[in-house]
Amino acid sequence: MELVKPAFGLIFWMCISFGLILFILKKFAWSPILKMLNDRETSIQEALDSAERAKEEMKSLQAGNEKILMEARHERDQMLKDARDIREKMIAEAKTDAAKANEKMIKEARESIKNEKMAAITELKNQVGMLSLEIAEKVLKAELASDEKQKALVNNLLKEVNLN
Amino acid sequence: MTNKINIYKPLLLIFILTIVFSFSAFSQGENESSNTTSEQEHKTEKFNAGELIIDHIVDAHEWHVAGHIALPLPIILYSTEKGLTMFSSSHLEGGEIHEGYKLIKNDIVAVNEDGTTNEAATSKLWDISITKNVASMFISILLMLWMFTSAAKAYKRNPGKAPKGMQGLLEPLIIFVRDDIAKSAIGEKKYKRYLPFLLTVFFFIWVNNLMGLIPFLPGGANLTGNIAIGMTLAIVVFLITILTANWNYWRHIIAMPGVPIGVLVILTPIEIFGMFLKPMVLMIRLFANMLAGHIIALSFFCLIFIFAEMSTGLGYGVAVFSVAFTIFMGMLELLVAFLQAYVFTLLAAMYFGAAIEEHHHEEAHH
Repeated sequence: MELVKPAFGLIFWMCISFGLILFILKKFAWSPILKMLNDRETSIQEALDSAERAKEEMKSLQAGNEKILMEARHERDQMLKDARDIREKMIAEAKTDAAKANEKMIKEARESIKNEKMAAITELKNQVGMLSLEIAEKVLKAELASDEKQKALVNNLLKEVNLN
Repeated sequence: MTNKINIYKPLLLIFILTIVFSFSAFSQGENESSNTTSEQEHKTEKFNAGELIIDHIVDAHEWHVAGHIALPLPIILYSTEKGLTMFSSSHLEGGEIHEGYKLIKNDIVAVNEDGTTNEAATSKLWDISITKNVASMFISILLMLWMFTSAAKAYKRNPGKAPKGMQGLLEPLIIFVRDDIAKSAIGEKKYKRYLPFLLTVFFFIWVNNLMGLIPFLPGGANLTGNIAIGMTLAIVVFLITILTANWNYWRHIIAMPGVPIGVLVILTPIEIFGMFLKPMVLMIRLFANMLAGHIIALSFFCLIFIFAEMSTGLGYGVAVFSVAFTIFMGMLELLVAFLQAYVFTLLAAMYFGAAIEEHHHEEAHH
């Protein structure tokens, strides 16, 4: 029975001691300790957050770099392609120009050759005509130098007429 | 290698403590039997296990150290007739009468001139002596004050640094009480108001439980296994619960919303009864658990003497098993010491949490 009979004295001292220790600890232990724990937790959380932010920033920076690099590469490719196009175009143009010039020259040459030829042919004809006349004159002069010969010719010519 | 040593150290300590404990129990038994012999010489001395155990677990007006040595404690009495009286408990030793008071078992009674008990005067007597339990409580409180103020100083000295020493020991426990008891049972918003009380209760019970496990002088008092301590703590919990309770809590007790009147006739008395039952359960749980631990440890030792009475050899043989079992029980009690502090604090926090719970459905309507 003594076990379950609460003693007045113990309750009395318990109330005093517990009240006292609650008050003292609350004031001098729990408040500072809990405050410090809280502060430390916030500072740790902040440190973690800022690390996370730095990581994010790093990531975005890296992504930016990647993008710039990609753009540069693209631009380079574009420039190379443009250069190649221009070169090809130039070569093609040069080729067509050269071909045109050739053709023109050939045509001109042909024209002039033709003209020259015509001129030469005409000259030749004239020369041949002149030569033929001179020869005919000389022949005539030689044939008809004596009377007999003139008579023989007339006779021959007459003979031919007779035959007809 | 170092790990092994770390494991063996506490084991060795517990072993030594157990041996010391066994000696103190032994000498107490001797003391007991010698008293019996001197008083009733014609009877053969008989070892009374029940009496020894009860003697060890109830409060006393002196602090028994070892053998015949006992530390006298101040006796403070307040009588509505004679006012305040204060003297050392050594004056009452062996049933002597001092200033009209006499110690019968563990109760101080007022006596007449001829030595008979004066019932009328005894009923007007308030015994507020510093008993063994009160002294043990003072020691534990001083210990707690030292522990926590030094930890608090350590926090102030190096703010934001990693904890070490006493601070390192207490910090996980403080965080445990804060996060796993207060925050989870009361809620993120209002736990701060109750936290100092919960921390104090937790450490008060835990430190006193551990002190109760120490078998010699600074400890050894069965403080938390005393019903007065459980009762005081439970009443404080009860008072805090009803003083901080909100309208919602009272409405649920007096008239549970959404329940027909016919059922309320039955339900309301049950709810009101439950309100008082909760702290009662808190008290009984702590009291019974801690008391049982002390009784079991003592019973194992008493076994030695019971068997030794039959034959000395048997006593030695049983001692081996008793010590082994007590070591096992000591380990278990270390766990129970923590567990009971945890359970008491957790339940108190849950009662507080229930008292200030908001009714969410109702709030949504407004």
